[in-house]
Amino acid sequence: MTPSAATLDVARIRADFPILRIRPRGRPLHYLDSAATSQKPQSVIDALTRYYEEENGNIHRGVHYLSELATQRYDETREATRRFINATSHNEVVFTRNTTEGINLVASSFGQAFVRPGDEIVVSQMEHHSNIVPWQLMAERTGAVLRAVPVTDVGELDLDAYEQLLGPKTKLVALTWVSNSLGTVNPVERITAIAHARGIPVLLDGAQAAPHIPIDVKAIKADFVAFSGHKMLGPTGVGVLYARDDWFDRLPPYQGGGDMIETVTIEKTTYAKAPSKFEAGTPDIGSVAAFRAAIEYLERVGLDAIHAHEQLLLAEATARVSALPGVRLIGTAPEKAGVLSFTMDGVHPHDIATILDQNGVAIRAGHHCTQPLMARFGCGATARASFYLYNTMDDIAALMTGLEKVREVFG
Amino acid sequence: MDLGALYEEVILDHNRSPRNWGEIPGARHVAGTNPLCGDKISLSVQVDGDTITDIKFTGEGCAISKASASMMTQAIKGKTKGEAEKLYEEFHGLVTGKASAPPDKSLGSLRAFAGVARFPTRVKCATMAWHALREATGNRQQAPDAGTSD
Repeated sequence: MTPSAATLDVARIRADFPILRIRPRGRPLHYLDSAATSQKPQSVIDALTRYYEEENGNIHRGVHYLSELATQRYDETREATRRFINATSHNEVVFTRNTTEGINLVASSFGQAFVRPGDEIVVSQMEHHSNIVPWQLMAERTGAVLRAVPVTDVGELDLDAYEQLLGPKTKLVALTWVSNSLGTVNPVERITAIAHARGIPVLLDGAQAAPHIPIDVKAIKADFVAFSGHKMLGPTGVGVLYARDDWFDRLPPYQGGGDMIETVTIEKTTYAKAPSKFEAGTPDIGSVAAFRAAIEYLERVGLDAIHAHEQLLLAEATARVSALPGVRLIGTAPEKAGVLSFTMDGVHPHDIATILDQNGVAIRAGHHCTQPLMARFGCGATARASFYLYNTMDDIAALMTGLEKVREVFG
Repeated sequence: MDLGALYEEVILDHNRSPRNWGEIPGARHVAGTNPLCGDKISLSVQVDGDTITDIKFTGEGCAISKASASMMTQAIKGKTKGEAEKLYEEFHGLVTGKASAPPDKSLGSLRAFAGVARFPTRVKCATMAWHALREATGNRQQAPDAGTSD
Protein backbone atom coordinates (compact mmCIF):
# COMPACT_ATOMS: atom_id res chain seq x y z
CA MET A 1 0.00 0.00 0.00
CA THR A 2 1.31 3.43 -0.87
CA PRO A 3 0.34 5.88 1.85
CA SER A 4 -1.33 9.04 0.64
CA ALA A 5 -0.18 12.52 1.61
CA ALA A 6 -2.87 12.68 4.25
CA THR A 7 -1.44 9.64 6.00
CA LEU A 8 2.08 11.02 6.35
CA ASP A 9 2.32 11.14 10.12
CA VAL A 10 4.95 13.84 10.51
CA ALA A 11 4.86 13.84 14.30
CA ARG A 12 5.70 10.14 14.29
CA ILE A 13 8.38 10.67 11.67
CA ARG A 14 9.93 13.48 13.71
CA ALA A 15 10.11 11.21 16.72
CA ASP A 16 12.42 8.96 14.69
CA PHE A 17 15.00 11.75 14.27
CA PRO A 18 16.81 12.38 17.58
CA ILE A 19 18.61 15.49 16.31
CA LEU A 20 15.30 17.29 15.90
CA ARG A 21 15.09 17.39 19.68
CA ILE A 22 18.24 19.45 20.18
CA ARG A 23 17.73 23.10 21.12
CA PRO A 24 20.38 25.32 19.52
CA ARG A 25 20.83 28.34 21.81
CA GLY A 26 17.83 27.22 23.81
CA ARG A 27 15.39 27.36 20.91
CA PRO A 28 13.75 24.56 18.92
CA LEU A 29 15.64 23.50 15.79
CA HIS A 30 13.99 24.28 12.46
CA TYR A 31 16.16 22.39 10.00
CA LEU A 32 15.56 23.72 6.50
CA ASP A 33 18.84 22.60 4.93
CA SER A 34 18.16 19.03 3.89
CA ALA A 35 19.29 19.78 0.34
CA ALA A 36 22.78 20.12 1.85
CA THR A 37 22.46 17.02 3.97
CA SER A 38 19.49 15.25 5.52
CA GLN A 39 19.15 14.30 9.16
CA LYS A 40 19.23 10.60 10.12
CA PRO A 41 16.54 8.45 11.68
CA GLN A 42 17.32 6.32 14.72
CA SER A 43 17.24 3.14 12.58
CA VAL A 44 20.18 4.41 10.51
CA ILE A 45 22.13 5.49 13.58
CA ASP A 46 21.41 2.10 15.18
CA ALA A 47 22.51 0.23 12.06
CA LEU A 48 25.79 2.14 12.01
CA THR A 49 26.38 1.46 15.70
CA ARG A 50 25.39 -2.19 15.39
CA TYR A 51 27.79 -2.62 12.49
CA TYR A 52 30.74 -1.46 14.56
CA GLU A 53 29.60 -3.22 17.72
CA GLU A 54 28.72 -6.59 16.21
CA GLU A 55 29.47 -6.91 12.51
CA ASN A 56 32.74 -5.21 11.62
CA GLY A 57 35.15 -7.11 9.40
CA ASN A 58 36.69 -6.53 6.02
CA ILE A 59 34.70 -7.65 3.03
CA HIS A 60 35.45 -10.17 0.26
CA ARG A 61 38.66 -11.44 1.78
CA GLY A 62 38.18 -13.52 4.85
CA VAL A 63 36.66 -16.83 5.73
CA HIS A 64 35.93 -15.88 9.31
CA TYR A 65 32.54 -15.07 10.79
CA LEU A 66 32.90 -11.27 10.81
CA SER A 67 34.28 -11.00 7.30
CA GLU A 68 31.42 -13.09 6.05
CA LEU A 69 28.87 -11.04 7.98
CA ALA A 70 30.28 -7.69 6.82
CA THR A 71 30.29 -8.94 3.23
CA GLN A 72 26.70 -10.01 3.64
CA ARG A 73 25.66 -6.60 5.00
CA TYR A 74 27.48 -4.86 2.15
CA ASP A 75 25.78 -7.05 -0.46
CA GLU A 76 22.38 -6.63 1.19
CA THR A 77 22.63 -2.87 0.74
CA ARG A 78 23.58 -3.32 -2.89
CA GLU A 79 20.47 -5.42 -3.42
CA ALA A 80 18.34 -2.89 -1.51
CA THR A 81 19.74 -0.14 -3.72
CA ARG A 82 19.00 -2.14 -6.86
CA ARG A 83 15.42 -2.56 -5.71
CA PHE A 84 15.12 1.12 -4.71
CA ILE A 85 16.02 2.36 -8.20
CA ASN A 86 14.55 -0.67 -10.05
CA ALA A 87 17.83 -1.65 -11.68
CA THR A 88 17.94 -4.95 -13.54
CA SER A 89 20.95 -6.35 -11.74
CA HIS A 90 22.94 -5.49 -8.64
CA ASN A 91 25.97 -5.50 -10.94
CA GLU A 92 24.70 -2.16 -12.22
CA VAL A 93 25.22 -0.62 -8.77
CA VAL A 94 28.64 0.64 -7.71
CA PHE A 95 29.23 2.19 -4.29
CA THR A 96 31.17 5.43 -4.24
CA ARG A 97 31.84 8.04 -1.57
CA ASN A 98 29.21 10.40 -2.94
CA THR A 99 27.65 11.81 -6.11
CA THR A 100 30.81 13.75 -6.87
CA GLU A 101 32.92 10.60 -6.92
CA GLY A 102 30.41 8.85 -9.18
CA ILE A 103 30.57 11.67 -11.72
CA ASN A 104 34.36 11.78 -11.53
CA LEU A 105 34.45 8.04 -12.14
CA VAL A 106 32.42 8.34 -15.34
CA ALA A 107 34.28 11.47 -16.49
CA SER A 108 37.60 9.73 -16.02
CA SER A 109 36.81 6.26 -17.37
CA PHE A 110 34.41 7.32 -20.12
CA GLY A 111 36.78 10.08 -21.16
CA GLN A 112 39.71 7.72 -21.39
CA ALA A 113 37.80 5.17 -23.46
CA PHE A 114 35.57 7.24 -25.73
CA VAL A 115 36.49 10.92 -25.88
CA ARG A 116 38.85 12.40 -28.47
CA PRO A 117 40.03 15.95 -29.23
CA GLY A 118 37.18 18.11 -30.52
CA ASP A 119 34.46 15.90 -29.05
CA GLU A 120 31.77 17.61 -27.01
CA ILE A 121 30.22 17.02 -23.60
CA VAL A 122 26.88 18.70 -22.94
CA VAL A 123 26.16 20.00 -19.44
CA SER A 124 23.90 22.89 -18.40
CA GLN A 125 23.99 26.27 -16.71
CA MET A 126 22.16 24.86 -13.70
CA GLU A 127 24.71 22.18 -12.82
CA HIS A 128 26.30 21.87 -9.41
CA HIS A 129 30.05 22.39 -9.68
CA SER A 130 30.40 18.64 -9.20
CA ASN A 131 28.78 18.13 -12.61
CA ILE A 132 30.96 20.76 -14.30
CA VAL A 133 34.47 20.51 -12.92
CA PRO A 134 34.99 16.74 -13.52
CA TRP A 135 34.09 17.29 -17.18
CA GLN A 136 36.44 20.26 -17.41
CA LEU A 137 39.25 18.14 -16.02
CA MET A 138 38.39 15.42 -18.50
CA ALA A 139 38.23 17.97 -21.33
CA GLU A 140 41.71 19.20 -20.43
CA ARG A 141 43.03 15.66 -20.64
CA THR A 142 41.24 14.67 -23.85
CA GLY A 143 40.94 17.92 -25.78
CA ALA A 144 37.14 17.77 -25.61
CA VAL A 145 34.91 20.84 -25.35
CA LEU A 146 32.14 21.56 -22.84
CA ARG A 147 28.83 22.94 -24.09
CA ALA A 148 26.15 24.21 -21.72
CA VAL A 149 22.37 24.09 -22.11
CA PRO A 150 20.97 27.54 -21.20
CA VAL A 151 18.40 28.04 -18.47
CA THR A 152 15.16 30.01 -18.96
CA ASP A 153 14.01 32.88 -16.76
CA VAL A 154 11.86 30.62 -14.59
CA GLY A 155 14.74 28.20 -14.16
CA GLU A 156 14.01 25.43 -16.63
CA LEU A 157 16.37 23.90 -19.13
CA ASP A 158 15.87 25.36 -22.59
CA LEU A 159 15.06 22.08 -24.31
CA ASP A 160 15.07 23.54 -27.84
CA ALA A 161 18.59 24.81 -27.25
CA TYR A 162 19.45 21.41 -25.77
CA GLU A 163 18.37 19.62 -28.95
CA GLN A 164 20.35 22.05 -31.06
CA LEU A 165 23.48 21.54 -28.97
CA LEU A 166 23.47 17.81 -29.71
CA GLY A 167 25.47 16.94 -32.78
CA PRO A 168 27.83 14.38 -34.28
CA LYS A 169 30.60 15.48 -31.91
CA THR A 170 28.51 15.10 -28.74
CA LYS A 171 29.86 12.14 -26.80
CA LEU A 172 27.87 12.45 -23.59
CA VAL A 173 25.10 14.45 -21.95
CA ALA A 174 25.56 15.12 -18.22
CA LEU A 175 22.62 16.90 -16.59
CA THR A 176 21.09 17.28 -13.19
CA TRP A 177 17.75 15.65 -12.46
CA VAL A 178 16.76 18.19 -9.81
CA SER A 179 18.51 21.55 -9.40
CA ASN A 180 19.95 22.02 -5.92
CA SER A 181 19.70 25.81 -6.21
CA LEU A 182 16.37 26.22 -8.00
CA GLY A 183 14.49 23.06 -7.14
CA THR A 184 13.59 22.58 -10.80
CA VAL A 185 12.75 18.99 -11.67
CA ASN A 186 14.02 18.37 -15.17
CA PRO A 187 12.09 16.16 -17.61
CA VAL A 188 14.69 13.43 -17.55
CA GLU A 189 12.80 10.86 -19.61
CA ARG A 190 12.47 13.35 -22.43
CA ILE A 191 16.08 14.50 -22.04
CA THR A 192 17.28 10.92 -22.26
CA ALA A 193 15.01 10.08 -25.21
CA ILE A 194 16.27 13.10 -27.18
CA ALA A 195 19.90 12.10 -26.62
CA HIS A 196 19.32 8.41 -27.26
CA ALA A 197 17.62 9.20 -30.57
CA ARG A 198 21.04 10.48 -31.61
CA GLY A 199 22.94 7.61 -30.03
CA ILE A 200 24.30 9.78 -27.20
CA PRO A 201 24.51 8.37 -23.67
CA VAL A 202 23.19 10.35 -20.68
CA LEU A 203 24.45 10.77 -17.13
CA LEU A 204 22.05 12.16 -14.54
CA ASP A 205 23.16 13.86 -11.35
CA GLY A 206 20.53 12.40 -9.05
CA ALA A 207 21.80 13.91 -5.78
CA GLN A 208 18.66 16.01 -5.25
CA ALA A 209 16.29 13.51 -6.90
CA ALA A 210 16.95 10.28 -5.01
CA PRO A 211 15.79 11.67 -1.63
CA HIS A 212 12.50 13.00 -3.02
CA ILE A 213 11.38 11.30 -6.22
CA PRO A 214 10.78 7.60 -6.88
CA ILE A 215 13.56 6.49 -9.22
CA ASP A 216 12.90 3.90 -11.89
CA VAL A 217 16.03 3.59 -13.96
CA LYS A 218 14.26 1.22 -16.34
CA ALA A 219 11.69 3.90 -17.12
CA ILE A 220 14.07 6.84 -17.51
CA LYS A 221 16.62 4.73 -19.41
CA ALA A 222 19.53 6.95 -18.36
CA ASP A 223 22.93 5.36 -18.89
CA PHE A 224 24.38 6.63 -15.62
CA VAL A 225 22.75 7.95 -12.45
CA ALA A 226 24.82 9.19 -9.51
CA PHE A 227 23.50 10.03 -6.05
CA SER A 228 24.55 10.38 -2.40
CA GLY A 229 23.37 8.48 0.65
CA HIS A 230 23.68 11.37 3.08
CA LYS A 231 21.01 13.46 1.38
CA MET A 232 18.50 10.59 1.68
CA LEU A 233 18.70 9.80 5.41
CA GLY A 234 21.85 7.71 5.07
CA PRO A 235 25.32 8.25 6.54
CA THR A 236 27.97 10.37 4.88
CA GLY A 237 30.65 8.49 2.98
CA VAL A 238 28.42 6.38 0.75
CA GLY A 239 27.18 7.21 -2.72
CA VAL A 240 25.79 5.22 -5.61
CA LEU A 241 26.71 5.13 -9.26
CA TYR A 242 24.24 3.23 -11.39
CA ALA A 243 25.25 2.27 -14.92
CA ARG A 244 22.86 0.62 -17.31
CA ASP A 245 23.44 -2.70 -19.06
CA ASP A 246 27.06 -3.31 -19.91
CA TRP A 247 28.46 0.18 -19.40
CA PHE A 248 30.60 -0.93 -16.47
CA ASP A 249 32.11 -3.67 -18.66
CA ARG A 250 32.93 -1.16 -21.37
CA LEU A 251 34.61 1.39 -19.12
CA PRO A 252 38.22 1.01 -17.98
CA PRO A 253 38.83 0.97 -14.20
CA TYR A 254 38.84 4.27 -12.32
CA GLN A 255 41.15 3.47 -9.42
CA GLY A 256 43.45 0.49 -9.06
CA GLY A 257 43.92 -1.52 -5.92
CA GLY A 258 42.66 -4.41 -3.90
CA ASP A 259 39.22 -5.91 -4.54
CA MET A 260 39.06 -4.75 -8.18
CA ILE A 261 41.30 -7.45 -9.66
CA GLU A 262 41.14 -11.08 -10.74
CA THR A 263 44.85 -11.80 -10.89
CA VAL A 264 47.86 -9.57 -10.55
CA THR A 265 51.38 -10.13 -11.75
CA ILE A 266 54.03 -7.45 -12.00
CA GLU A 267 53.57 -7.52 -15.76
CA LYS A 268 49.80 -7.55 -16.06
CA THR A 269 46.57 -7.42 -14.12
CA THR A 270 43.19 -8.72 -15.12
CA TYR A 271 40.29 -6.90 -13.57
CA ALA A 272 37.31 -8.16 -11.68
CA LYS A 273 33.88 -7.71 -13.20
CA ALA A 274 31.64 -4.84 -12.18
CA PRO A 275 30.78 -3.76 -9.57
CA SER A 276 34.04 -4.87 -7.90
CA LYS A 277 36.07 -3.48 -10.80
CA PHE A 278 35.08 0.04 -9.66
CA GLU A 279 35.39 -0.49 -5.93
CA ALA A 280 39.12 -0.52 -5.31
CA GLY A 281 40.25 -0.69 -1.73
CA THR A 282 38.27 -1.07 1.48
CA PRO A 283 35.07 0.93 1.12
CA ASP A 284 33.06 2.63 3.88
CA ILE A 285 31.47 -0.69 4.81
CA GLY A 286 29.76 0.57 7.96
CA SER A 287 28.10 3.44 6.13
CA VAL A 288 27.05 1.17 3.28
CA ALA A 289 25.53 -1.24 5.79
CA ALA A 290 23.62 1.59 7.50
CA PHE A 291 22.54 3.03 4.14
CA ARG A 292 20.21 0.05 3.80
CA ALA A 293 18.30 1.26 6.86
CA ALA A 294 17.87 4.64 5.13
CA ILE A 295 16.51 3.02 1.98
CA GLU A 296 14.14 0.88 4.00
CA TYR A 297 12.95 3.90 5.96
CA LEU A 298 12.16 5.78 2.74
CA GLU A 299 10.40 2.73 1.34
CA ARG A 300 8.32 2.35 4.50
CA VAL A 301 7.16 5.96 4.46
CA GLY A 302 6.86 5.99 0.69
CA LEU A 303 8.45 8.48 -1.69
CA ASP A 304 5.09 9.43 -3.17
CA ALA A 305 3.86 10.47 0.27
CA ILE A 306 7.12 12.30 1.00
CA HIS A 307 6.89 14.12 -2.31
CA ALA A 308 3.28 15.15 -1.67
CA HIS A 309 4.17 16.42 1.82
CA GLU A 310 7.07 18.47 0.46
CA GLN A 311 4.82 19.99 -2.18
CA LEU A 312 2.46 21.25 0.54
CA LEU A 313 5.36 22.83 2.41
CA LEU A 314 6.78 24.32 -0.78
CA ALA A 315 3.45 25.86 -1.76
CA GLU A 316 2.98 27.41 1.68
CA ALA A 317 6.55 28.74 1.88
CA THR A 318 6.44 30.05 -1.69
CA ALA A 319 3.21 31.95 -1.06
CA ARG A 320 4.37 33.48 2.21
CA VAL A 321 7.97 34.32 1.29
CA SER A 322 7.07 35.80 -2.10
CA ALA A 323 4.51 38.06 -0.39
CA LEU A 324 7.29 39.81 1.55
CA PRO A 325 8.37 43.17 0.11
CA GLY A 326 11.66 43.18 -1.79
CA VAL A 327 11.83 39.40 -2.14
CA ARG A 328 12.79 37.80 -5.43
CA LEU A 329 12.34 34.08 -5.89
CA ILE A 330 15.12 32.42 -7.88
CA GLY A 331 13.63 29.38 -9.60
CA THR A 332 9.89 29.43 -10.30
CA ALA A 333 9.51 26.44 -12.58
CA PRO A 334 6.13 24.65 -12.46
CA GLU A 335 7.83 21.36 -11.57
CA LYS A 336 9.88 21.86 -8.42
CA ALA A 337 11.20 19.80 -5.54
CA GLY A 338 11.07 21.23 -2.01
CA VAL A 339 13.63 23.99 -2.55
CA LEU A 340 12.94 27.70 -2.13
CA SER A 341 15.74 30.04 -3.21
CA PHE A 342 15.32 33.77 -2.81
CA THR A 343 17.03 37.11 -2.40
CA MET A 344 15.92 40.16 -0.40
CA ASP A 345 16.60 43.70 -1.57
CA GLY A 346 19.41 45.31 0.38
CA VAL A 347 20.21 42.24 2.47
CA HIS A 348 22.90 39.74 1.60
CA PRO A 349 21.87 36.07 1.96
CA HIS A 350 24.60 35.51 4.57
CA ASP A 351 23.07 38.11 6.79
CA ILE A 352 19.66 36.50 6.31
CA ALA A 353 21.12 33.12 7.30
CA THR A 354 22.89 34.49 10.38
CA ILE A 355 19.74 36.17 11.66
CA LEU A 356 17.61 33.08 10.97
CA ASP A 357 20.21 30.94 12.73
CA GLN A 358 19.77 33.03 15.86
CA ASN A 359 16.14 31.93 15.76
CA GLY A 360 17.03 28.26 15.39
CA VAL A 361 16.24 28.25 11.67
CA ALA A 362 18.94 26.52 9.60
CA ILE A 363 19.03 27.53 5.94
CA ARG A 364 21.80 27.66 3.39
CA ALA A 365 23.16 30.93 2.04
CA GLY A 366 25.65 31.32 -0.76
CA HIS A 367 26.15 30.23 -4.32
CA HIS A 368 25.25 26.60 -3.55
CA CYS A 369 28.19 25.43 -5.67
CA THR A 370 26.35 26.72 -8.74
CA GLN A 371 28.23 29.88 -9.68
CA PRO A 372 27.34 29.75 -13.40
CA LEU A 373 23.68 29.60 -12.40
CA MET A 374 24.06 32.54 -10.00
CA ALA A 375 25.68 34.48 -12.85
CA ARG A 376 22.74 33.55 -15.08
CA PHE A 377 20.31 35.07 -12.58
CA GLY A 378 22.53 38.05 -11.85
CA CYS A 379 22.98 37.35 -8.16
CA GLY A 380 26.11 36.20 -6.39
CA ALA A 381 24.20 34.23 -3.83
CA THR A 382 20.74 33.26 -2.61
CA ALA A 383 19.14 32.20 0.62
CA ARG A 384 17.79 28.67 0.28
CA ALA A 385 15.28 26.83 2.42
CA SER A 386 14.81 23.16 1.58
CA PHE A 387 12.19 20.77 2.88
CA TYR A 388 12.05 17.09 3.71
CA LEU A 389 9.72 14.57 5.25
CA TYR A 390 10.28 15.77 8.82
CA ASN A 391 9.53 19.44 8.17
CA THR A 392 6.29 21.03 9.26
CA MET A 393 4.28 24.22 8.82
CA ASP A 394 5.84 25.23 12.15
CA ASP A 395 9.24 25.32 10.48
CA ILE A 396 7.84 27.65 7.83
CA ALA A 397 6.28 29.86 10.50
CA ALA A 398 9.70 30.08 12.19
CA LEU A 399 11.25 30.95 8.83
CA MET A 400 8.74 33.77 8.42
CA THR A 401 9.36 35.09 11.94
CA GLY A 402 13.08 35.08 11.18
CA LEU A 403 12.59 36.94 7.91
CA GLU A 404 10.57 39.61 9.73
CA LYS A 405 13.51 39.95 12.11
CA VAL A 406 15.79 40.41 9.09
CA ARG A 407 13.62 43.34 7.98
CA GLU A 408 13.74 44.78 11.49
CA VAL A 409 17.53 44.72 11.56
CA PHE A 410 18.11 45.88 8.00
CA GLY A 411 15.10 48.17 7.60
CA MET B 1 21.99 36.11 21.53
CA ASP B 2 21.65 39.78 20.78
CA LEU B 3 21.90 40.31 17.04
CA GLY B 4 22.72 43.93 17.78
CA ALA B 5 26.10 42.68 18.93
CA LEU B 6 26.82 41.70 15.35
CA TYR B 7 24.84 44.24 13.41
CA GLU B 8 25.91 47.42 15.19
CA GLU B 9 24.26 50.55 13.81
CA VAL B 10 27.56 51.83 12.42
CA ILE B 11 28.01 48.54 10.52
CA LEU B 12 24.50 48.75 9.07
CA ASP B 13 25.19 52.34 8.07
CA HIS B 14 28.39 51.48 6.21
CA ASN B 15 26.58 48.56 4.57
CA ARG B 16 23.87 50.90 3.29
CA SER B 17 26.27 53.67 2.28
CA PRO B 18 29.78 52.34 1.81
CA ARG B 19 32.50 55.01 1.98
CA ASN B 20 35.40 55.21 -0.48
CA TRP B 21 33.41 53.18 -3.00
CA GLY B 22 34.95 53.04 -6.47
CA GLU B 23 38.26 52.68 -8.23
CA ILE B 24 41.39 54.77 -8.37
CA PRO B 25 42.68 54.84 -11.95
CA GLY B 26 46.31 53.82 -12.17
CA ALA B 27 46.49 52.55 -8.60
CA ARG B 28 47.41 49.05 -7.54
CA HIS B 29 44.39 46.75 -7.79
CA VAL B 30 43.98 43.67 -5.66
CA ALA B 31 41.06 41.27 -5.60
CA GLY B 32 39.96 39.37 -2.54
CA THR B 33 37.49 36.51 -2.49
CA ASN B 34 35.89 34.21 -0.04
CA PRO B 35 35.69 31.00 -2.07
CA LEU B 36 33.28 29.47 0.42
CA CYS B 37 30.53 31.95 -0.36
CA GLY B 38 31.64 33.70 -3.55
CA ASP B 39 31.88 37.13 -1.96
CA LYS B 40 34.45 39.35 -3.59
CA ILE B 41 36.16 42.66 -3.14
CA SER B 42 38.27 44.76 -5.44
CA LEU B 43 40.62 47.20 -3.69
CA SER B 44 42.58 49.92 -5.38
CA VAL B 45 45.38 51.27 -3.28
CA GLN B 46 47.56 54.31 -3.94
CA VAL B 47 50.88 54.19 -2.13
CA ASP B 48 53.36 57.06 -2.02
CA GLY B 49 56.64 55.92 -0.57
CA ASP B 50 55.55 54.11 2.55
CA THR B 51 52.23 55.90 2.95
CA ILE B 52 48.81 54.72 1.79
CA THR B 53 47.59 57.99 0.31
CA ASP B 54 44.31 56.79 -1.14
CA ILE B 55 42.19 53.66 -1.15
CA LYS B 56 38.85 52.70 -2.66
CA PHE B 57 36.90 49.49 -3.04
CA THR B 58 34.05 47.83 -4.89
CA GLY B 59 32.65 44.35 -4.63
CA GLU B 60 29.75 42.32 -3.46
CA GLY B 61 29.25 40.69 -0.14
CA CYS B 62 27.36 40.60 3.10
CA ALA B 63 26.85 43.51 5.47
CA ILE B 64 29.84 42.47 7.55
CA SER B 65 32.27 42.25 4.64
CA LYS B 66 31.05 45.43 3.00
CA ALA B 67 31.04 47.50 6.19
CA SER B 68 34.41 46.09 7.18
CA ALA B 69 35.91 47.14 3.85
CA SER B 70 34.32 50.56 4.05
CA MET B 71 35.49 51.26 7.58
CA MET B 72 38.94 49.84 6.84
CA THR B 73 39.44 52.30 3.99
CA GLN B 74 38.58 55.18 6.35
CA ALA B 75 40.85 53.86 9.05
CA ILE B 76 43.99 53.32 7.00
CA LYS B 77 43.93 56.22 4.55
CA GLY B 78 47.03 58.31 5.30
CA LYS B 79 48.63 55.59 7.41
CA THR B 80 52.00 54.00 6.68
CA LYS B 81 52.20 50.35 5.68
CA GLY B 82 53.58 49.56 9.10
CA GLU B 83 50.73 51.35 10.85
CA ALA B 84 48.23 49.53 8.63
CA GLU B 85 49.77 46.20 9.58
CA LYS B 86 49.59 47.10 13.26
CA LEU B 87 45.92 48.02 12.84
CA TYR B 88 45.28 44.73 11.02
CA GLU B 89 46.76 42.79 13.92
CA GLU B 90 44.58 44.66 16.40
CA PHE B 91 41.51 44.13 14.24
CA HIS B 92 42.26 40.44 13.68
CA GLY B 93 42.62 39.94 17.41
CA LEU B 94 39.32 41.70 17.96
CA VAL B 95 37.21 39.70 15.50
CA THR B 96 38.74 36.33 16.35
CA GLY B 97 38.37 37.00 20.05
CA LYS B 98 42.11 36.44 20.55
CA ALA B 99 42.94 39.95 21.68
CA SER B 100 44.56 39.66 25.08
CA ALA B 101 43.81 43.18 26.27
CA PRO B 102 40.65 45.26 25.92
CA PRO B 103 40.31 46.51 22.32
CA ASP B 104 43.03 49.00 21.49
CA LYS B 105 41.78 52.58 21.32
CA SER B 106 43.58 52.97 18.00
CA LEU B 107 40.90 50.78 16.42
CA GLY B 108 38.40 53.59 16.87
CA SER B 109 35.04 52.80 15.29
CA LEU B 110 36.39 49.45 14.09
CA ARG B 111 35.66 48.26 17.61
CA ALA B 112 32.07 47.87 16.38
CA PHE B 113 33.20 44.53 14.93
CA ALA B 114 33.86 43.03 18.37
CA GLY B 115 30.59 41.06 18.10
CA VAL B 116 31.94 39.08 15.14
CA ALA B 117 34.04 37.03 17.55
CA ARG B 118 30.83 35.38 18.74
CA PHE B 119 29.93 34.37 15.18
CA PRO B 120 32.89 32.20 14.06
CA THR B 121 31.42 31.57 10.60
CA ARG B 122 31.47 35.30 9.92
CA VAL B 123 35.10 36.06 10.83
CA LYS B 124 36.18 35.61 7.21
CA CYS B 125 33.60 38.18 6.15
CA ALA B 126 35.19 40.75 8.45
CA THR B 127 38.79 40.01 7.43
CA MET B 128 38.42 39.63 3.64
CA ALA B 129 39.15 43.31 2.89
CA TRP B 130 42.08 43.33 5.31
CA HIS B 131 43.68 40.33 3.64
CA ALA B 132 43.37 42.07 0.28
CA LEU B 133 44.94 45.19 1.76
CA ARG B 134 47.89 43.24 3.12
CA GLU B 135 48.44 41.73 -0.28
CA ALA B 136 48.37 45.20 -1.83
CA THR B 137 50.87 46.63 0.65
CA GLY B 138 53.14 43.62 0.54
CA ASN B 139 52.50 42.88 4.22
CA ARG B 140 51.28 39.50 3.07
CA GLN B 141 52.72 37.65 0.10
CA GLN B 142 49.57 35.89 -1.03
CA ALA B 143 45.89 35.59 -0.37
CA PRO B 144 45.02 33.37 2.57
CA ASP B 145 44.09 29.81 2.00
CA ALA B 146 40.39 29.00 2.14
CA GLY B 147 41.09 26.59 4.92
CA THR B 148 42.65 29.06 7.32
CA SER B 149 40.69 29.95 10.36
CA ASP B 150 40.55 33.67 9.70
